[in-house]
Amino acid sequence: MAILSLQGVSKNFGALKVTDDVSFDLAPGEALGIIGPNGAGKSTLFNLITGNLRPDAGQVLLDGRDITLETPMQRCASGVGRSFQIPQPFDHLTVYENLLVAARFGGGLAASEAPLACMDILHRTGLSALSDRKAGALPLLHRKRLELSRALATRPRVILLDEIAGGLTDGECVDLVATIRSLHAEGTAIIWIEHVLHALTSVVTRLIALNFGRVLMTGTPDEVMAAPQVQEIYLGIEA
Amino acid sequence: MKAVLTLGVGLAVVLALALVPVIGPRILVQDLFKVLCLLVLALNWNLLAGFAGLVSVGQQAFVGIGAYVMFATTILWGWDPLAGMLIGGMLAMALSIPIAFFAFRLNGAYFAIGTWAVADIARLSFGQWRALGGGTGTALPRDATREMFGVGLVRDLLGVSPAAAIDAVTYWLALGLATVMLVACWLFLRSRMGLGLQAVRDNPVAAQSVGVDPTRLKALVFLLTAFVTGLCGALLFIQIGRITPDAAFSVIDWTAFVIFIVVIGGIGTLPGPIVGVLVFYGLQRLLSDYGTVYLIALGLIGIAIMLFARRGLWGGLIHCIGFDPFPLGHAAPRLARQSIKEDAA
Ligand SMILES: Nc1ncnc2c1ncn2[C@@H]1O[C@H](COP(=O)(O)OP(=O)(O)OP(=O)(O)O)[C@@H](O)[C@H]1O
Ligand SMILES: [Mg+2]
Repeated sequence: MAILSLQGVSKNFGALKVTDDVSFDLAPGEALGIIGPNGAGKSTLFNLITGNLRPDAGQVLLDGRDITLETPMQRCASGVGRSFQIPQPFDHLTVYENLLVAARFGGGLAASEAPLACMDILHRTGLSALSDRKAGALPLLHRKRLELSRALATRPRVILLDEIAGGLTDGECVDLVATIRSLHAEGTAIIWIEHVLHALTSVVTRLIALNFGRVLMTGTPDEVMAAPQVQEIYLGIEA
Repeated sequence: MKAVLTLGVGLAVVLALALVPVIGPRILVQDLFKVLCLLVLALNWNLLAGFAGLVSVGQQAFVGIGAYVMFATTILWGWDPLAGMLIGGMLAMALSIPIAFFAFRLNGAYFAIGTWAVADIARLSFGQWRALGGGTGTALPRDATREMFGVGLVRDLLGVSPAAAIDAVTYWLALGLATVMLVACWLFLRSRMGLGLQAVRDNPVAAQSVGVDPTRLKALVFLLTAFVTGLCGALLFIQIGRITPDAAFSVIDWTAFVIFIVVIGGIGTLPGPIVGVLVFYGLQRLLSDYGTVYLIALGLIGIAIMLFARRGLWGGLIHCIGFDPFPLGHAAPRLARQSIKEDAA
């Protein structure tokens, strides 16, 4: 059974159809990529999955259970973790404390387990040297890593990553891809929105192309990237 | 090391304060009683506004409810005023539940106005209570406070008048309440829930996405502070001995002054209310002869601090001394981590 599934999900902002009858299933442990031009409705789709937005129509199911009316914190506790495209750190807390909140609440870890679990994640994402730094003082790239780290601290079964590779150097990108691969290998289901296509396609096994809130095409990365309608919207982006 | 320093200084201060009724003049006991009660109210309001983002202008509702319930249990049922104080705190908390249901639908300035309106409704309602003197209020029977728990003992031990013994007992209760409240605030803010509250304060949307329920945490803080504010209100009016709706539900005395104390001391910091209450007390001693001018001066100082030192006097002070007696942070367990790695190696 699919771990996550969207059934006919639609969302309008006034007259603007931002999500238009989107349906797909995510298998347990699957890595799914989402691509599409700016404003295609990718981040909105994440907000509909996490409960930050309510759909106007359609259902979101987790483990076959309808969670459409659940709050973001309920969904987090059930195993949906996310990063924000524009990082949303807890500015006055340290990097470590940012993770600690996530581990103690969404991750459901006890006071005795959470500290080491958080440090393990920080070692893994390469932020351990900055763990006592205030999150508000971090530069953008470290903020993005913090987004990933904090999402991991909620111990998700499905993790939603929104453009975390943008702006990385080649070396950093390789590290990030290795981290996400290892998550995938551990069985965490992943949905990754990314404009850096070579990073994305080196991890995911399936791609969804969105345009104007609609699913334009679904398939393997090669199929989708080769399709003329996708090439048309992506012309010039991945040069 | 620093924790030992805080503990040592804290104990010394509490001990010194505890000796005041034994060696100090009665007027000082009465003054410091007010200061300690204001500190309790300020710690509560700081938790509400500084940490939970609930800028209430209606905390006088809980002061008044606590005080009136204590008067009711004492006058109508003949209970010990201290038992009435406990009931007063509990009733204030019970009534905070429906108030929260109403006020939590409002945001920001509307929340502030909503809580104020509720407090005024409470003032008008308690003013209808004929058995407690209606709008003109009433006084506690002399015997009730003289026979209050502990008063007889203190009278014999210190060899003082009943009135002085009542002042001493209420003073020690205020000192105890302030100390417990300070320690409890610190422990709460360092707990899981305190961490969640700080996350919500920084970014409510992100907090929800990592599993923190903002409404639940805020409701908890609202209920607990209503309890302590109610207790403090009852204690204040045991010492004052007289009650009127206007005095018990005074927005100036129990909320405006308290907001001033927290803002000048440093909102959202634990030592802030302590610094604030000391400054407030000093200003009051200096300026209280000037009446209205005093209130205007307080207002101007408050506005100046809000504009030029947003973190209050404590925010500036901590820069100079570089030492936070009540650190709220959680240090990353670096050493533990390394030792585990060494064990594995
Ligand atoms: N809260 C909102 N109110 C009104 N319009 C919105 C809101 N959020 C998003 N939009 C609009 O919806 C459309 C889709 O936005 P969304 O952020 O989902 O796009 P995206 O695919 O993530 O784009 P990008 O690649 O730039 O991140 C955009 O046109 C955007 O302006
Ligand atoms: Mg986006």
